[in-house]
Amino acid sequence: MSKTRASGRTVGGLRSLSLQAPAVTLLLLWMLVPLGMTVWFSLQRYNLLMPGMESFAGLENYEYLFTDPALWRAMGNTLLLVGSVLVITVGGGVLLAVLFQQEFPGRGIARVLAISPFFVMPTVSALVWKNMMMHPSNGVLAWLAGVFGLPAVDWFSSLPLTSIIIIVAWQWLPFALLILLTAMQSLDDDQVEAARMDGAGPIAVFFYITLPHLKRAISVVIMIEMIFLLTIFAEIYVTTSGGPGLATTNLAFLIYIQALLDFDVGLASAGGVVAIILANIVAIFLVRLVARNLES
Amino acid sequence: MKLAYAFPLAGLAVATAAQAETITVATVNNNDMVIMQSLTEAFEEAHPDIEVNWVVLEENVLRQRLTTDIATDGGQFDVMTIGTYEAPIWAERGWLVALDDLPEAYREDDLLKPVRDGLSHEGTLYALPFYAESSMLYYRTDLFEEAGIEMPEQPSWEEVREWAAELHDPDNQLAGICLRGKPGWGENMAFVSTLVNTFGGRWFDEEWNPELDSPAWQEAIAFYVDLLGNYGPPGASSNGFNENLALFSRGNCAMWVDATSAAGKLYNPAESQVADRLGFAPAPVAETPKGAHWLWSWALAIPASSEKQEAAQAFLTWATSQEYIELVGESEGWTSVPPGTRESTYENERYQEEAPFAGFVLDAINSADPTDSTLEPSPYVGVQFVGIPEFQSIGTQVGQTIASALTGDTSVEQALQSAQRATERTMQRAGY
Repeated sequence: MSKTRASGRTVGGLRSLSLQAPAVTLLLLWMLVPLGMTVWFSLQRYNLLMPGMESFAGLENYEYLFTDPALWRAMGNTLLLVGSVLVITVGGGVLLAVLFQQEFPGRGIARVLAISPFFVMPTVSALVWKNMMMHPSNGVLAWLAGVFGLPAVDWFSSLPLTSIIIIVAWQWLPFALLILLTAMQSLDDDQVEAARMDGAGPIAVFFYITLPHLKRAISVVIMIEMIFLLTIFAEIYVTTSGGPGLATTNLAFLIYIQALLDFDVGLASAGGVVAIILANIVAIFLVRLVARNLES
Repeated sequence: MKLAYAFPLAGLAVATAAQAETITVATVNNNDMVIMQSLTEAFEEAHPDIEVNWVVLEENVLRQRLTTDIATDGGQFDVMTIGTYEAPIWAERGWLVALDDLPEAYREDDLLKPVRDGLSHEGTLYALPFYAESSMLYYRTDLFEEAGIEMPEQPSWEEVREWAAELHDPDNQLAGICLRGKPGWGENMAFVSTLVNTFGGRWFDEEWNPELDSPAWQEAIAFYVDLLGNYGPPGASSNGFNENLALFSRGNCAMWVDATSAAGKLYNPAESQVADRLGFAPAPVAETPKGAHWLWSWALAIPASSEKQEAAQAFLTWATSQEYIELVGESEGWTSVPPGTRESTYENERYQEEAPFAGFVLDAINSADPTDSTLEPSPYVGVQFVGIPEFQSIGTQVGQTIASALTGDTSVEQALQSAQRATERTMQRAGY
């Protein structure tokens, strides 16, 4: 019996199942009840401001949602936001990881400083960027532009989505750096040295040794960031409120508008269901990709 | 959604103490309400059996919390701070306690009529006004004198544009005019609606068909985008009431059209650098004087879900009473008293003396008519809003679209077309 206990499957399968059952049931309830309620609400005509008008609506909410031009704009913005931030953080993260791997005086302090933005709360960093960096009259960037004799940029009006991408990338670049730097430290120095002796320059070393070595770490970074970036909310709420127009409305913000500004529970739930489906599609592809990478 | 279910739990946490009854008052973080909070002790001294627990929130957050609480029958609050928009709609749904047995000493007949009417449903009062406001034009007398401009009794928008162009001086951090640009039905749309009104437009025709792509809207929005875009402060599309108040009181705006309730702050030298060179005039007009200035009041109401309605009513009648106004006048200075609610405030000589804008504000409030605010007849009540539940959603969407026109993201014509389409969809969904 003791032989098989580690896997808990072959012998006494029923017993171990009965032991697992409470935990599994609780987890299922934890997940299924909210999910079931969201799906149920999404089939209802239910607006908080219209008490007593609740009725079964069938797929009306979905129909309304999918004919709403705002949905497609929000999906586009979501993908653009996630994509751009991923490119910036992974690209920048790899370069910074290589840089911070070099020996230089004060390296420890420099590393801590480079990683620290990740520990700033999203709302706080959004406020700092809004009022101290990107403000068209008081901001550091406006001052910098003035030094070079250029007109100040009104970031959140003229480049709204770009501004959000900059803020979010600033927050997540340290995360990528942290993971990639750790991976860099497991890179075998002998290998690099051997390549050097064979006459490989720094660029060749980077492309043929460092980058392949970082592949797994990069796929982990992409997966984790993707999960969090799909639901970016605080940065948008604090800075642009999804505007001007719909320029910075992503899926999460659209659902917020429907639920807490329009109080349309049915429509917001339908939006939630769509978001779940979208997240799952993305997740399936990613998990496959990462799993393949980790196996090879 | 989950939020709505969490509220009753949060309510349990604030379990009541044994003897003294605790009432929870939800209010907005505006200056006058902060003063009310600081004077709680005076109320508790007069009512030893009542304790007051405060929830002070920013306007948008307050609306969300209150609406979810009252619509789900949460019962978390005993006194709610709501506005002219919510009061009749919520009263109609039976969410508010009717205030038809106010004590004689409260002097209900002292309340200004337009304000009282705005908070009533079918003739019954459902909320008591804490302060009320209309809108007006503030300007800097020093700049106007320097440029040799004479302010007429009733300025027109065309004149305002000329003055803004003349006074605009971005190199010295001075904008020709400051206006609301921050999206939201209670932010930019409050102002934009009055502008559209005076350009001769309306939100809906008598059959409830939206008219957002009408020539009057086109003209008004094009004017607004041109005026604020060219002669406004940088970042105008994210400035709301509070941001503009800060800009004007620091001397960064030559003109500002906004709520009369800002006057008290602007005339207070401790809070405003322009207190000694401040002029004011009625809100500018274009085609018609109708609906050129708005009517709004922040009021206190008791939700039907409250279990401490008597204590709540005691607080309500205290905070909106004549004595309270006098208390604020004595302790905080007369320019700080909540304006716009009572005849007696305006009869008070101390107030007249220290607040030169008093009579002017009284006229503005008394002359705003929410039942007749558009050139052509409209089916709705409200000057700067439409008194139907769907308006929150419509106003927010249209506000966003107008903001995108302001930043040049879309053209005025495109913006109004998409606003029209969005409004049609919402109205269709609501079954109009």
